[in-house]
Amino acid sequence: MKKRWYDYLWIVELIYMMLGFFNILFAWLGMVFFCIPLIISLVWGTKGYCNRYCGRGQLFGLLGGRFGLSRKKDIPRWMKSKWFRYGFLVFFFIMFFQMLWNTYLVFAGVQNLKQAVTLLWTFKLPWHWAYHGTLFSPGVAQFAFGFYSVMMTSTVLGLITMILFKPRSWCVYCPMGTMTQLICRVKNRKHVIVTEQK
Amino acid sequence: METRIKKKRRAFVHTDMCVACGCCQKVCPLNAIQIWNGIWARVDETKCVGCGKCAKECPASVIEIQEVAS
Repeated sequence: MKKRWYDYLWIVELIYMMLGFFNILFAWLGMVFFCIPLIISLVWGTKGYCNRYCGRGQLFGLLGGRFGLSRKKDIPRWMKSKWFRYGFLVFFFIMFFQMLWNTYLVFAGVQNLKQAVTLLWTFKLPWHWAYHGTLFSPGVAQFAFGFYSVMMTSTVLGLITMILFKPRSWCVYCPMGTMTQLICRVKNRKHVIVTEQK
Repeated sequence: METRIKKKRRAFVHTDMCVACGCCQKVCPLNAIQIWNGIWARVDETKCVGCGKCAKECPASVIEIQEVAS
């Protein structure tokens, strides 16, 4: 099949993850990966981002597929259930807002900047080498550390499920995927009712 | 004379569990499966030959290849 420019977006994802090792402020670029899928689903009512442009999914597909780093087994039934998917979305939201709260505290001068990346919401990894100061408030850097933690955590979880199950198992419970599917469902609800009645 | 009913194979999507990730449409050699309105995958029965590539790729394993009487 003919390759298109967007089939190489896994390179962008890889560069993004690597940049975080050199200067944490690059983590802010990740906002693009958060905004584009939401804009596509809100404006066009499709999951165009997941279907075409998601570099993370492509990276898992490549590592698990071509590089053979996947057992290619079926994902457990509970992991694809609506309970788990929406539950994970809510959990992700809570952790995201907690991260925003911590950022606010640094902005407000209540807390000091923590130069660490929190992996899997638990393990604090020292990350001071990637911080070279900021021209703005330390809160800007705190958000970068927090956002990079979110990205790193989802990458690690995605890699684990890639190895255990199918390459793109992350797509099954990806909070962004669940959220954009929910937006599409609401946006296209009239069509859905008609189709479900058939 | 023995009459043989030739059975065709088609992909079927369990739409209630589909996550609409689009892995299936990427691998389909005949463009017979598409993500419908970002909600689930839909198979074009006139195009699908039941090769099973989508079923193999689907990370949620919600695509089944079934035989249908032609």
